[in-house]
Amino acid sequence: MGARTFLVHGLVAGLLAGIAAFVVAYTVGEPQIDKAIALEEAASAPASDGHDHTHADSDESAGHSHGDEAAVSRTAQSTVGLATGTLAVGVVLGGFTGLLAALGLGRLGSLRPAASTALLAAIGAVSFSIVPFLKYPATPPAVGSGETIDSRTAVYFGFVAVSVAGAVAAIALARWGARRWSGVPGVLAGLGAYALVVVVAAVAFPKIDELGDFPAGILWDFRVSSLLTLLAMWAVIGAVLVALVDRTWRRHSDVRARRELAASL
Amino acid sequence: MAHAIPTPAATGSVAPSDLAIPVRELAPWLVLGALFALSVLVLISSVQGAITIPEGTAIHEWVHDGRHLLGFPCH
Repeated sequence: MGARTFLVHGLVAGLLAGIAAFVVAYTVGEPQIDKAIALEEAASAPASDGHDHTHADSDESAGHSHGDEAAVSRTAQSTVGLATGTLAVGVVLGGFTGLLAALGLGRLGSLRPAASTALLAAIGAVSFSIVPFLKYPATPPAVGSGETIDSRTAVYFGFVAVSVAGAVAAIALARWGARRWSGVPGVLAGLGAYALVVVVAAVAFPKIDELGDFPAGILWDFRVSSLLTLLAMWAVIGAVLVALVDRTWRRHSDVRARRELAASL
Repeated sequence: MAHAIPTPAATGSVAPSDLAIPVRELAPWLVLGALFALSVLVLISSVQGAITIPEGTAIHEWVHDGRHLLGFPCH
């Protein structure tokens, strides 16, 4: 069981996860995006001709249109464009999770390969996607100004970086605690440390509120659909990767057991 | 990918720690994997949005819905 095996398993899991995320995003998320864009165009119709709307700022590169006469049609954006995004993100997250599972192999207490892989996929989902979503939830089109995209992106990825670094530190602390005391207090120390890091960061990081009078019902539906998309991606990465790693490990131990039997004869 | 040959005493049961892949062997994969993953994430999430290179809006428009639904800041 080498690095190559884990990377290939991760890439396969990520590809399937990208497909799953696309299916969820297309069926659950796209109707909400369409509603948000319809609202945005209705709001901007009196000011311009109903398309080519630029969020009323002077920087042309910051503005873009969502209408049918945009550079990329809505049909393309909601199908092949969306699939490009979910597949690319799925493959890199899956592949990297596979490499992390290789690093975690035999290093997380006495966990078997399937269990250590599942734990790392869960930590990846929580630290990279779920916790950042709780602080900076996804926003639909029509919410968020082109003028603040720089600062919003900076604080979003800053928070993701703190959350992921906190998770890495928590794993290190849990391993140290497990050696020093025993497994349970070590894991609890790690969990506590991660919770402390993200709570402090969530309080310290600035609040973003550009919702204006966007309808709460559509906002809720959009955010639920976005969270479901992320959960579908991570769930498939975790499930497929664990299944593949477990299968490989069983073969590996079968071969080893046969060799040992042969050697003992 | 060579593994130490286990002592026959432990027949049938392999301790998980015996499976650990040396960090020395994994480090280059992790470094390249992290850099590649970050590059793709930036391309999908921020190029022609928060980052205004390259010129234009074609990439932004193409992955627009993915940016919103995957939770990246967009507008």
